[in-house]
Amino acid sequence: MGDAVLVSTRKGLFTLRRSGKRWKVGGSAFLGDPLSIAMHDPRDGRLYAALNLGHFGPKLQVSIDQGRKWRELPAPAFPKSDAKDAPSVLQIWALEPGAPAEPGRLWAGTIGGGLFRSDDSGESWSLVESLWTVPGREKWFGGGNDAPGIHSICIHPGDPKRMAVAISLGGVWVSEDGGASWAPRTKGMIATYMPPELREDPSSQDPHRLVQCAADPDAFWVQHHNGVFRSTDRGRRWRNVKTVKPSVFGFAVAVDPKDPDRAWFVPAIKDERRIPVDGAMVVARTTDGGKSFRTMKRGLPQKNAYDLVYRHGLAIDEEGEWLAMGSTSGHLWFSGDHGESWDMVEGHLPPIYAVRFAAL
Amino acid sequence: MIRVVFTPNLRRHLATPEATVAAVTVAAALDQVFTGNARLRGYILDDQGRLRKHVALFRNGDKVDLGEPLAAGDELYVMQALSGG
Repeated sequence: MGDAVLVSTRKGLFTLRRSGKRWKVGGSAFLGDPLSIAMHDPRDGRLYAALNLGHFGPKLQVSIDQGRKWRELPAPAFPKSDAKDAPSVLQIWALEPGAPAEPGRLWAGTIGGGLFRSDDSGESWSLVESLWTVPGREKWFGGGNDAPGIHSICIHPGDPKRMAVAISLGGVWVSEDGGASWAPRTKGMIATYMPPELREDPSSQDPHRLVQCAADPDAFWVQHHNGVFRSTDRGRRWRNVKTVKPSVFGFAVAVDPKDPDRAWFVPAIKDERRIPVDGAMVVARTTDGGKSFRTMKRGLPQKNAYDLVYRHGLAIDEEGEWLAMGSTSGHLWFSGDHGESWDMVEGHLPPIYAVRFAAL
Repeated sequence: MIRVVFTPNLRRHLATPEATVAAVTVAAALDQVFTGNARLRGYILDDQGRLRKHVALFRNGDKVDLGEPLAAGDELYVMQALSGG
């Protein structure tokens, strides 16, 4: 059950703690600095915070005492190259722990397009060259950013050699060998922002977020630029789920860790406008694998609401009991009834980039 | 010798005392400072050793690039560019 939530914002990291059914801010760090993602490592209790200092670049911090003190770690960085326009990490966008049997292993996805691995709890990082050199990588480009970014890293809980990553904008890639080799898995996805001959091109897909069901790790959901897609075979085939109301556009998706058929989305108007439909915040939930959706709004603003929920702005705890949702307008909501109703816990936080449960 | 001064806005993140170094280019002067303060390198330069987009360098008041020459007595200021605010 989720006891804490890490909230990464434009102006600091906030930790929400739960007491019974109530949530409140229990601490903050890096006030004034932009956070891009934070992570609690359940294997050793460490907290990691990725900062994106506007002038001074991406940074990574670690805490071994639940956020009381922090220490800077080396940030993932591309190898030196003489190539013109050689890459540089612009932002750390995804952080995931390795499997319990791999102590110290961490994965980082970056804007810049690199996937990085650490085997020493973030003290050093290396670029996953096998993904950086896949055919088609040259076609990746920045979806809303200056460079493509890896924002989702899914690791099979029973077999950590089976991995999947999603890239805006560069498709979904799956490895069955711990990252030694990769294959694109986008069959069934469509990219209407591309010319007709490239609409099914794997490297031209823009999955905004990829999530995996813990209890059924072959079950994936993607909120894509052009709709919602579901796969039950590790991405070999994707089904276009068109029944989401009021819109199939959005950034965030969360899947129930115990039920692959149950998932939540936060619809918005596509695609340059990116605001809630009719200025009303809603959450859409399916409980039948996408055959039907229920639109839920209790506790959410229904007038003059222009909150956008970014791709890491919706999270579910590992028991599937709590949902947390944070918006660009600094609103933070919790739901303890599977999204039927929402409680606004904070209304004046900085713009929220990411929410994530942690067992603190 | 070259006097190297860093924007006080860096102090929130790490110690950046003034430094006095012997160097004939801006890049060499910074390299000398980084020798004693390795973490600072990533705040000023990107993965490829290029000046970060929103950091600005001034030699005796003139904006300069990494490759510019330095002479004894020069002052090098490492500032944040307001473009990145």
